[in-house]
Amino acid sequence: MSDFFVNIRWDEIGVATWDTVLMVGGSMFFIVLLGLPLGVLLFLTGKRQLLEQNTFYAVLSFVVNVLRSIPFIILLIVMIPVTVLLVGTSLGVRGVIPPLVAAGTPFFARLVETSLREVDRGIIEATQAMGASTWQIVMGALLPEARPGIIAGITVTAITLVSYAAMAGVVGGGGLGDLAIRYGYQRFQTDVMLVTVVLLVVFVQLLQMLGDRLVLYFSRR
Amino acid sequence: MIEFEDVQKSYRVEGRDVPALRDINLEVRAGEVFGVIGHSGAGKSTLLRLINLIERPSSGRIRIDGDDITDSRGGELMALRRGIGMIFQHFNLLSSKTVAENVRFPMKLAGTYSRDQMQQRVDHLLDRVGLADQANKFPAQLSGGQKQRVGIARALACEPRILLCDEATSALDPQTTQSVLRLLGDINRELGLTIVLITHEMDAIRTICDRVAVLDAGEVVEQGTAAQVFLHPRHRTTQRFVFETEHIDEDELHDDFAHVPGRVLRLTFQGEATYTPMLGDIARRTGVDYSILNGRIDHIKDTPYGQITLSLIGGDTDGAEQALHGAGVSVEVLRP
Repeated sequence: MSDFFVNIRWDEIGVATWDTVLMVGGSMFFIVLLGLPLGVLLFLTGKRQLLEQNTFYAVLSFVVNVLRSIPFIILLIVMIPVTVLLVGTSLGVRGVIPPLVAAGTPFFARLVETSLREVDRGIIEATQAMGASTWQIVMGALLPEARPGIIAGITVTAITLVSYAAMAGVVGGGGLGDLAIRYGYQRFQTDVMLVTVVLLVVFVQLLQMLGDRLVLYFSRR
Repeated sequence: MIEFEDVQKSYRVEGRDVPALRDINLEVRAGEVFGVIGHSGAGKSTLLRLINLIERPSSGRIRIDGDDITDSRGGELMALRRGIGMIFQHFNLLSSKTVAENVRFPMKLAGTYSRDQMQQRVDHLLDRVGLADQANKFPAQLSGGQKQRVGIARALACEPRILLCDEATSALDPQTTQSVLRLLGDINRELGLTIVLITHEMDAIRTICDRVAVLDAGEVVEQGTAAQVFLHPRHRTTQRFVFETEHIDEDELHDDFAHVPGRVLRLTFQGEATYTPMLGDIARRTGVDYSILNGRIDHIKDTPYGQITLSLIGGDTDGAEQALHGAGVSVEVLRP
């Protein structure tokens, strides 16, 4: 048994796990910060919504679609100058966060838009009838009512980031995925591949479980 | 108090104007319960939403207490809406907030109530609608009738002058409907609140409305007091509504007429006349015989009424008809 795990260096695996947590957690923070307002804006300016703006919506929607259609590995490289400008380096965990945010924000914004659309129009109308401003409708009614959907969106986005982050090795970002590719795949160290993949599976499972619990807690149905 | 003057509303559908409401002239008096009845698609939802400007008229003016509100916008519009409560067919409560939080919500939006005032009003209103013990539940844990009671408490939170009811009892079972209507009637009396309700159920109108307008294909085809419209419907649509509520099949009724001889009359009694034994008295005096084909004794709001279809056979038929007229009964000759 110990023969099989001969290539494993647990300290390296520990560092890689922490790097993955940092990349996913750090970028998720900015994705929510940027994607939530973007999603609300997409929703409000959409057809038959409170701030309907057809041209504005079409442009915003197009930009979001473009960002979503670029493969992450390409985005990672194309963005290098911007990344350097933003965080001072294009290497390591820090260098990976801007491209992760750029890829995750439009994805998350769409999920926010969708969950806002799920909110019963009657609730918007009732809040309007109370004399609420658009801002009050968003903060007081729309976001609280869409909370379970938005939390589910955060979970889906975070899990997508885990697989994106596996490509971080290209810019020396490290993390579990990188370890699996470099040692497990390129050097045929099956044991490293196995351990890292198992850790990734556990990580994703934990995220999903946490997300599901929160969704359940906030769905008062 | 609420006046509609030549109000029109049309929607643009694929480049064409589709009229939803035409030539609406209505006056809702302060403190009354005003009903608008119509089939789905008649435009009653739109009519109701013109009062708090959730919908805007294409032309015409709407006045509340003499103030033209038609062009209100911004802060003025928000203040107007705060003075008008609204309840809905599907309640439209926020599922993420508790019962108490739902009732507090409009006061929080208004921003003119202190914490203590809000708490006091929430307690008072929940107590008034009989839900004091449900304050910390979520709407999903309540029955339909309870949800509508929360809706009513929420609509009253900012002490409105007007309450709009959008098919408020259409999703409820008959028993719950009656208790919600009774609550609305009580509130109307206690607070002097003006209530405008739209419905497709004649029963709701009969239970609490003072006056009624009948809407058909975007036009007001009949209006008057509930008793007048209910007992003497003139327009085809109104007649159909009345027949529906009384479960009268028109064809069957005319079939019945064919089987009886004599003059067929419909008598309508209102108020105390409903309880006087005049029919037997008149029959004895004029020597007519009568057979009852159809009848109903009930209440419209607080007024008792009776409506009987009968045929008069033999004796002094004209004299009997005269005597009925003389006794304050409204007589319609259905077959001479």
